[in-house]
Amino acid sequence: MASLVIAEHNGLALDEGTAKTVAAAAQISQPVHILVAGQACGAVAEQAAKLGGVEKVLVADDARYAHFLAEPVAELVLSLAAGYDALLAAATANGKGVMPRVAAKLDVPQISEILSVESPDIFRRPIYAGNAIQTVEAKGFKKVITVRVAAFTAVAKDGNAAIEPVAAAADPGISQFVSENLSRSERPELQGAKIIVSGGRGLQSKDNFVLIERIADKLGAAVGASRAAVDAGFVPNDRQVGQTGKIVAPELYIAVGISGAIQHLAGMKDSKVIVAINKDESAPIFGVADYGLVADLFEALPELEKALDQK
Amino acid sequence: MKVLVPVKRVIDFNVAVRVKADRTGVDLANVKMSINPFCEIAVEEAVRLKEKGIATEVVAVSVGPQGASETLRTALAMGADRAILVKHDGELEPLTVAKILRGVCAEEKPELVILGKQAIDDDCNQTGQMLAALLGWPQGTFAAKIDIEGGRIAVTREVDGGLQSVSLSLPAIVTTDLRLNEPRYASLPNIMKARKKPIAEKSVADYGVDPTPRLKVLEVREPEKRKAGGKVASAAELVSKLRERGVI
Ligand SMILES: Cc1cc2nc3c(=O)[nH]c(=O)nc-3n(C[C@H](O)[C@H](O)[C@H](O)COP(=O)(O)OP(=O)(O)OC[C@H]3O[C@@H](n4cnc5c(N)ncnc54)[C@H](O)[C@@H]3O)c2cc1C
Ligand SMILES: Nc1ncnc2c1ncn2[C@@H]1O[C@H](COP(=O)(O)O)[C@@H](O)[C@H]1O
Repeated sequence: MASLVIAEHNGLALDEGTAKTVAAAAQISQPVHILVAGQACGAVAEQAAKLGGVEKVLVADDARYAHFLAEPVAELVLSLAAGYDALLAAATANGKGVMPRVAAKLDVPQISEILSVESPDIFRRPIYAGNAIQTVEAKGFKKVITVRVAAFTAVAKDGNAAIEPVAAAADPGISQFVSENLSRSERPELQGAKIIVSGGRGLQSKDNFVLIERIADKLGAAVGASRAAVDAGFVPNDRQVGQTGKIVAPELYIAVGISGAIQHLAGMKDSKVIVAINKDESAPIFGVADYGLVADLFEALPELEKALDQK
Repeated sequence: MKVLVPVKRVIDFNVAVRVKADRTGVDLANVKMSINPFCEIAVEEAVRLKEKGIATEVVAVSVGPQGASETLRTALAMGADRAILVKHDGELEPLTVAKILRGVCAEEKPELVILGKQAIDDDCNQTGQMLAALLGWPQGTFAAKIDIEGGRIAVTREVDGGLQSVSLSLPAIVTTDLRLNEPRYASLPNIMKARKKPIAEKSVADYGVDPTPRLKVLEVREPEKRKAGGKVASAAELVSKLRERGVI
């Protein structure tokens, strides 16, 4: 029949994860439509229309979708669900909030964080923090799926889909947006970054994190962190990489003062090249690192900065 | 107000899981089991609400085998008042658990249900949202802070870009994130006291729910192992290796 991809965006720009979710959707059921829910989100719809292989972009432009609250957005998706045999979203905070509500109302299971589409009914997904990979078959019911975008390659931006408005659905009126406190950064987003420099408990303080940031800026990299660094308040929560934080797979991941607990590895072990800097040579992070530097980070990071300056 | 806390028994987060040789699942034999860490945070939050005089009763519920009663004892030792074990052997999908929990809610009439955001075995991150949908309740997922005031609940959520605050009508569903609180260790006297607290036993059939999974697990494999590379002697050597490799 067709698949519907729920767009991830911030009101102005379409998130790169949507292009990767479209890639997954195209392998399950075609044509692919995209739903853009938001307020004054015309620019997002135009970006969505450029994604390769997309036939139609549906735009629900209404104040009730301004902050993507799960309760009204789930109702909107449900109002469109009948026309599709697969509904997909990126496994983001938004996607994870909305899709299980949709699945429950449709009385179907949800398939979380798929890594690949083996056939239109068969998917691989991680369990136990990625220490095991499950192959599941979903047959005989509508598929509701979240996609681990780090595992898919984005479709090209060579499309020219039709853009169509759709009516807003009833708002259950049980939830209200109050405020948001988004951490602003000039640096790239974790999920789209080619290079990530992450710091852990070994950094010891928020002030010392500047050592990480300086390296990141030299490399045009995003800054990540372990849970311990977030819990200790060195960096905001949205920097956490891991099983229960962000899942990333950049070209280069540099882990500094991070031991390499399985929950952290779960979020970064599919990076192309991994570097670890740790003073403990038995730290598990070295077990996944392509290049390990056993050193005190307070000496190694300034040296690294210098070495990066020398061409 | 009554608070219901669903807790799941899972392989302890410190255990390195092993995939079974026949690829049907992971080895659960003689493995240390514990309360799911996010559920532990949920119990802690509920108990704090009781200590603040906001919650009147904290009821823990688990769906699972007889062994899940140990998980419920952990919740009771942390301060839950009583528990319900819905006995079931074998796999359960989040939707099934959510339907059973809907039944429990119909009986218990809680005003707040606090779940973990994710079970660290199946990593599904679904049950709370599904329960919210089945009940027609709002959801405060990935909670870093909650405040109950004037018949509503304010939830600060950990979202991809930072934090978002929402206000929900009650009754509501909350799912916990790591920063909501730091769970207490149960003291020995409280562990002793917990032994006397009641655990009611129920069956899945009591809630009229068909527990048959609808997703078919075809196989479970180990992920491809990454091979460790070598060590470098200095930051300068590291930079030249990375340049050679073309990643910087
Ligand atoms: C339910 C649950 C979910 C979790 N989710 C996540 C998650 O998503 N992401 C995550 O990261 N963790 C997660 N964790 C936590 C995880 O188990 C670890 O506790 C955490 O990753 C440890 O962070 P760390 O490596 O920074 O700290 P530590 O394990 O304390 O390691 C610090 C490292 O720094 C090194 N070091 C110290 N000083 C120096 C120095 N001067 N120079 C060089 N090296 C130094 C030490 O040798 C050590 O290896 C989760 C845990 C649970 C229970
Ligand atoms: N079998 C179960 N019994 C009780 N609660 C459960 C069970 N399975 C899941 N939950 C609850 O739902 C949360 C999320 O689980 P999941 O959706 O499986 O990731 C857990 O943290 C629990 O609070």
